Amino acid sequence: MKKISTLDDLKKAGDKGLKSLFPGDVKIVVGMATSGIASGAGEVYEALKTEIKKRKLPYILTKTGSMGMDFIEPLIDVIEKDKPRLAYGKMTPDKVPQLIDQIVKGTIDKIRPVYRVDEEDIIAKREKKHYLTGAVPEYLKDIPTMYEVPFYKKQVKIATRNCGIIDPESIEEYIARGGYLSLHKALSAMSAEGIVEDVIKSGLRGRGGGGFPTGVKWQSCRRAEGDIKYVICNGDEGDPGAYMDRSVMEGDPHSVIEGMIIGAYAVGAQEGFIYVRNEYPLAVANLTKAIEDARGCGLLGKNIFGTNFNFDIKISKGAGAFVCGESTALMASLEGKAGEPRAKYIHTVEHGLWDRPSNLNNVETWANVPVIISRGGKWFSEIGVPHSTGTKVFSLVGKISNIGLVEVPMGISLKDIIYDIGGGIPGGNKFKAVQTGGPSGGCIPATMMNLSVDFDALWEAGSMMGSGGMIVMDEKTCMVDLARYFIEFLVSESCGKCTPCREGVRRMNDILHDICAGRGQEGDVEMLESMAKGIVDGSLCALGGSAPNPVLSTIKYFREEYDAHIKQKKCPAGVCRALIKYEINAKKCTGCTVCAKKCPSECISGVKKKVHKIDQKKCIKCGICMESCKFNAITVK
Amino acid sequence: MKKATTIEAKTKEIVKKHGRDKTSLIAVLQDIQETYNYLPKEALSAVGEQLDIPASRIYEVATFYNTFSLNPRGQYLVEVCAGTACHVQGAFNLMDRLKRDLNIERGETTKDNMFTLEEVRCLGCCSLAPVVRIGGNIHPYLTQDEIPRILRNYRKQG
Repeated sequence: MKKISTLDDLKKAGDKGLKSLFPGDVKIVVGMATSGIASGAGEVYEALKTEIKKRKLPYILTKTGSMGMDFIEPLIDVIEKDKPRLAYGKMTPDKVPQLIDQIVKGTIDKIRPVYRVDEEDIIAKREKKHYLTGAVPEYLKDIPTMYEVPFYKKQVKIATRNCGIIDPESIEEYIARGGYLSLHKALSAMSAEGIVEDVIKSGLRGRGGGGFPTGVKWQSCRRAEGDIKYVICNGDEGDPGAYMDRSVMEGDPHSVIEGMIIGAYAVGAQEGFIYVRNEYPLAVANLTKAIEDARGCGLLGKNIFGTNFNFDIKISKGAGAFVCGESTALMASLEGKAGEPRAKYIHTVEHGLWDRPSNLNNVETWANVPVIISRGGKWFSEIGVPHSTGTKVFSLVGKISNIGLVEVPMGISLKDIIYDIGGGIPGGNKFKAVQTGGPSGGCIPATMMNLSVDFDALWEAGSMMGSGGMIVMDEKTCMVDLARYFIEFLVSESCGKCTPCREGVRRMNDILHDICAGRGQEGDVEMLESMAKGIVDGSLCALGGSAPNPVLSTIKYFREEYDAHIKQKKCPAGVCRALIKYEINAKKCTGCTVCAKKCPSECISGVKKKVHKIDQKKCIKCGICMESCKFNAITVK
Repeated sequence: MKKATTIEAKTKEIVKKHGRDKTSLIAVLQDIQETYNYLPKEALSAVGEQLDIPASRIYEVATFYNTFSLNPRGQYLVEVCAGTACHVQGAFNLMDRLKRDLNIERGETTKDNMFTLEEVRCLGCCSLAPVVRIGGNIHPYLTQDEIPRILRNYRKQG
């Protein structure tokens, strides 16, 4: 790989990247992040390859990361010279020949694009990319542009600026979109102190959950005494229901690496570590390749950009422990030990990894850094709201129509995210609550939908920003069961070092299990509340300290559901097995026999075309009858 | 005896790759786990000697992290995603169905050594919930109904 040691070298690499991004002829890009592959993007890619070869077309076929619209994966982009970029969703191998026909003929027929992109911002470069030159071709006029599609209308992409656009394995394509320009600016035109000041000015707060001001952390680490310092990237995205960091590591690994190099220069570190979850094999592979490439062209290693600054990065794979997302536990794990946290009155910025000053930030935080350096802290601070600046990436999942990865300015309302971007609740069901912050967060009820999504407002509402998982729930989600689910998660992930978390959370789990099993007693809720206080006050780290949040927030907003479980022995959402009953509605049952055939415990009886019956004694309440009934004849109470 | 010596040799090779340094412990154990699908006793004692770490410390690390298993695992690891998105879409029903169909409990391996059933803390494929990962392949939007057929296919592949 050619060395990059001057601005001119960087420009040349960028020109090469531009050629591969926009080769002039037809280029087809397939979204191949983990979820894309699981939805069949690999088969679509192969079908495209075969079809292009068969017809001897000069088309170029490449891969990219997550495009965000996970609900219509597999997604592909088609780029043609001087024409808008077109995105096609729900692609299948059998649609491929037709799509190629359309491209060859220059028409839109049966396979319609989801949106078109006439131009887009290259945010790190302060430029626009114009796909379209001249007027919109007649046959594309009724295709909405990307920013007319409700899913994208309110989004602002900073951390995920390159995801779904560049080939994550190509350093040149990253450079073509302004990559490593900020690093050059930082090393050639800014002092380390100046960088720290700019990051402080930007107002950037830690995107991993805590929300600590990033610049302030950098300053403490910079001022800490010691010749050897470290920067660490926390890619141990453990919150269930969250995959923002996976998408960034898979789709744009260089943005994280560039952020870390700038951070290392600012705090005075020579070595960096990226700690990635073992459950994310593609993220590990893409980061490994990116580090090798950056090293290959001298952007990592000795004398970066011809200065006397040396820095390199190693990858460390996690081994499946949620608590390792906590900074001190993560550092213990990096040292090859069991990941147990320690008390935080000794700050990691002074005594961290191997007792040396260590600056740890999350994946998304690092990915924001190059843009802040390029556009300036002031520019960044003007996005969002005063104490929560910039954007936040969320994985919008659960009972919502448009499931996917979204990046929105801080301060947007929950309603905007759920209804405008997310498209509301599918199946005509009623929206009940949204859960943020993972097992450390809480549930926000439908009545608070005007809440501003920022660090402070979410905290005041009894939840927290967390790393960005946003799980939407409808009337069929039981809030008591959800609290039990999170507490059970924390019981098995508690490291066991301190008693309040190890024993206290376990006891809360016992009580919640009892409530869900119909053994709840009056006074249980008060007991949970009083235990929660003890656990919050007495736990060593944030895992225990925030463990009761899912319980407290559901008690606060959904007390009536707890009461229904405890007093009436009923589960209003129809989830808790001990409290529910499946029944067949005689008016709707057509006697099609499907449910009887599928029932694993053979408890449904009846003859063809006659109303069927469920033997309650034999029913194991797996719900398969309800899932398989085409006539909505089975109800749960 | 022969088995023990080959495991020892392989372990030495793995240690060499990561460097004879105490901090490589987790990476070394990960490679051993990947090679044998579990952590054989012979390998662990070899790691102890090579890295000069007492057996108690190795045991502490090996039992702390979910990735490691001290018992042999089946040919296919069946991992039911227990992420929040999967949970609200009824992943617990999939777990129960798998338990019944495989006739084992969570953490156990079938008698024919074909499947080991585990729960995994979110695979990050929340858009495809509920998902189950079998032998590294993610099965999206899985329903209880599809399970027997999928298991049969893996059995056929052998």
